[in-house]
Amino acid sequence: MSLSVENLSCTRGGLPVLTGVTFHVDPGEALILRGPNGAGKTTLLRTLAGLAPALFGGIAVSEDSIAYSGHADGLKAQLSVAENLRFWADVFRAPGIDAAVDAFDLGELMDRRAGNLSAGQKRRLSLARMLVTGRAIWCMDEPTVSLDSENVARFAAAVKQHLSNGGLAVIATHIDLGLPEARALDIAPFMASQIETDPSDDPFLAEDTL
Amino acid sequence: MKGLLIRDLSLAVRAGGGFGLGLAFFLIVTILMPFGIGPNTSTLTIVAPGILWIGALLACLLSLDRMFALDWEDGSLELLATSPLPLEAVAGVKALAHWLTTGLPLVAAAPVLGIVLNLPPQGFFWLIASLAIGTPALSAIGTFGAALTVGLKRGGLLLSLLVLPLYVPTLLFGAEVARRGVEGSDAATPLVLLAGLTLAASAAMPFAAAAALRVNLR
Repeated sequence: MSLSVENLSCTRGGLPVLTGVTFHVDPGEALILRGPNGAGKTTLLRTLAGLAPALFGGIAVSEDSIAYSGHADGLKAQLSVAENLRFWADVFRAPGIDAAVDAFDLGELMDRRAGNLSAGQKRRLSLARMLVTGRAIWCMDEPTVSLDSENVARFAAAVKQHLSNGGLAVIATHIDLGLPEARALDIAPFMASQIETDPSDDPFLAEDTL
Repeated sequence: MKGLLIRDLSLAVRAGGGFGLGLAFFLIVTILMPFGIGPNTSTLTIVAPGILWIGALLACLLSLDRMFALDWEDGSLELLATSPLPLEAVAGVKALAHWLTTGLPLVAAAPVLGIVLNLPPQGFFWLIASLAIGTPALSAIGTFGAALTVGLKRGGLLLSLLVLPLYVPTLLFGAEVARRGVEGSDAATPLVLLAGLTLAASAAMPFAAAAALRVNLR
């Protein structure tokens, strides 16, 4: 299980955002996506997850191996914490939710309605969902938003555990996650707007100017 | 898939889930009709099948815009799209959940409203049969409309404009079954055509809805 991206171009709203993205992630490895706001981190992750089509280039990955987590928590406010987790465990045919509950210390919140949780608690529940997916590749978009430092450490521990089980992770974040072994990839050089276009490279434009 | 159905059903019956709104709307619209048309029982008998069918159709429409919109807003639609469940199955389960929470209660309430509208005794069986067989088509077609308009602010009105014309064949045959039932003439032919519409809609619409969802999720 590995993730290879070759010369990938991503689009958002019909406009190319990133071009020529190339990287490779091996099992047990984490890749941290860095880049300024609007660089295309979310677009890249959504393209990896198959939500957005790639404009060009290829993603080499086995089918149904990617678990995606976005900006939204994806929780149902009217359902309890346990019901929310059990639902995703059922969808992903996971054996149980106990490991996920322990990893994010949700034991005491199990019977609370998700709508009554604090923002940080919701995020923990949303991250616990990644564990019940049982998928090898985690694509996570700003997973630590609204988490306190204790829970950022819990998240880092969960990622380390996932990596040591042979999983891999692609995480977009602006903070230091406490994953010293993780590789960082700055996506700013791939931004479509950064690439200078030389008119003489374009046959149509070149003809016009002649 | 069973998990998704159970989740949607329990969300519908919990606080703010909207279960019963369609049914209450159906009851009120139908009960208002005699006030508007007048208490002449022979007039009511003539219009009863059509009114009950149009009431059911509008009641179905009421809860359609929530079908995917809620999952879209809280992000779970994206997560479902990246899950092992195919989007076609998600759309099919959503249609089924919509029918169980909206269409089925309408079928159950129709006999009571038939009395209000002075439906003759021989018409009850055909009215219930036509609603039971026809309303799944309304949910299936509505799923496609809901998928097309997901993510649009105030998509509900656009949804109505898109879906109501698609409801015309179902309404035609459904009301025809109920009307012929009232008259005592042969209602089996339109009922078979209605069943055909329901089968075709249930088979095709989940695929159309999934295609629309994929485009809207980009």
